[in-house]
Amino acid sequence: MFGTLSYNKQKTIIIVSFLLIPLLLLATFTYYPAIKLIYYSFTDWDGYSPEKPWVGLANYREVFSNPDIFKVFTHNFAYFVMGLVQNIVAIYFAVVLNSKLRGRNGFRIMLFLPYIMNGVAVAFMFGYVFDTTNGSLNLFLNNIGLHQLAQTSWLGTEGLVNYSLASTGFWRFMGYNMVIYIASLQAIPRDIYEAAKIDGAGSFQTLWRVTLPNMKAVIQLNLFLTVTGALEVFDLPFVLTKGGPAGASQTYVQRVVDTAFAFNNYGLASAMSIILLFFVVIVLLVQQLVLNRGGDK
Amino acid sequence: MAHTKFRFVDFIKYFSLLIGVFVVLFPPYVVVVNAFKSTDEFNSSSSMALPKSFLNFDNFVAVFQRGGLLSGFGNVLVIIIITLTLNILFGTMVAYVLGRFSFKMKPVVFGAYLVATIIPSITTQVATFGIIKNMGLYNTLGAPIVLYIGADVIQIILYLQFIRNIPVDLDESAMVEGASLFKIYRSIIFPLLTPATATLVILKTISIYNDMYIPYLYMPKQSLGVVTTVLMRFQGVNSGEWNLICAAILLILLPTVVLYFFLQRYIFEGVTSGAVK
Repeated sequence: MFGTLSYNKQKTIIIVSFLLIPLLLLATFTYYPAIKLIYYSFTDWDGYSPEKPWVGLANYREVFSNPDIFKVFTHNFAYFVMGLVQNIVAIYFAVVLNSKLRGRNGFRIMLFLPYIMNGVAVAFMFGYVFDTTNGSLNLFLNNIGLHQLAQTSWLGTEGLVNYSLASTGFWRFMGYNMVIYIASLQAIPRDIYEAAKIDGAGSFQTLWRVTLPNMKAVIQLNLFLTVTGALEVFDLPFVLTKGGPAGASQTYVQRVVDTAFAFNNYGLASAMSIILLFFVVIVLLVQQLVLNRGGDK
Repeated sequence: MAHTKFRFVDFIKYFSLLIGVFVVLFPPYVVVVNAFKSTDEFNSSSSMALPKSFLNFDNFVAVFQRGGLLSGFGNVLVIIIITLTLNILFGTMVAYVLGRFSFKMKPVVFGAYLVATIIPSITTQVATFGIIKNMGLYNTLGAPIVLYIGADVIQIILYLQFIRNIPVDLDESAMVEGASLFKIYRSIIFPLLTPATATLVILKTISIYNDMYIPYLYMPKQSLGVVTTVLMRFQGVNSGEWNLICAAILLILLPTVVLYFFLQRYIFEGVTSGAVK
């Protein structure tokens, strides 16, 4: 029956029927919440009462003037620092594992392994590793003679806890970055290397002048993901430390979730979400700008 | 001279790789050795020491009896199967329409999917929560299912990349033979998108199995626990009994790790084709 219709009619039917549900889902779970969020951010809604009192910009003023809220971003900073280190290490291993090497595949498989592991299980696993008195990390440090360091309370010290948590993220995601960098390395044409060799470039020169410039787009993509990832950290500190000690490891998203669901302040939480969304878009724009300028050269 | 330098570089390479492997394996090693220790043995031995026997399965039995782990596996399996079926269906349908036809609204639809990739779903969660509640999906398996299908647009982008590599000639020759557009989708496009589907299945399975946030927020009910929330509850009740918790951790890590060693080549391909645009 359907096949007897003209191709133009078929086309219209296919377009409408194939897009209907997917677009409905897209609208319901991506765009509608985004619009709702903007609306909530101007109200004083508590999450259940039918009235949503309009308060104008008060929530935004609160976020920017309450140093307590913005200070939380300094906790996210640790994830950004570790993310940068993670990318550098990932590029290093990618370059190494792209060269001639015995057991190359085996090393790749091992280094990528943490990425597929369950995040909550990994978090608890590190909770045990980081434990001050029974933890394997301190035991290990003691065994190799670093007795002073082996007394450290990795998750209980204010200045340290975020770096300890972020290093767990490093452990989990370094291999992921590495695999992406390896893929981008393999896309670099061989003859460029041959040309560099003929021109007498050393291995370091080749790395600096040929390999890294060719990986630029992927490095930038990963840096964007690092920055936004650092802004959006939630599960690790939530599972491992519940934000402690004394709120020292609470991240911005965790603060948003608490504000909404524990303190029933949906208005303020919405404004905080919008600000986070805004930051993500800014990071993307800045990166886009830098990328395009680099492309003009 | 040049010869010795070459060897030194090699030494650095292998040495750093071995350190990397050591760092990767150290935490799981600790979990594995402690999961086989009885409470007495755990308290009296070093946390890095091997257990007396790798055949002491008491902890694993205890985890299964007390933890509700079986229903956790069951729930996550149901979510994965339904989500993936619908994801594959909708993903290929959208890719077919956007990849093969031109129509007035196409740039708008395409743009809507592109812009959606920038909006991190974690930022809109506060509003999404209200929507799920109003739809009556709160505390049902429907909540994660609609969220994994509706709020994840990466699969559409993935399929769109793949459909570009299928020659349009195929469609045209089928049309010459009088095939309907639906038949072209079903018997040409859909089967030829299988590599993309395989990628999607692997990556989505891993990410749903490992997700904590959505089940935690939308399905607090005890009987609806998935492996991650079951593990969280189990740890909360048994905190301090690390030998038990290690057994639980190991049981939850095992399926994906085993899957990984069988499918690692496809997982690598999936990760790179999904991320490098």
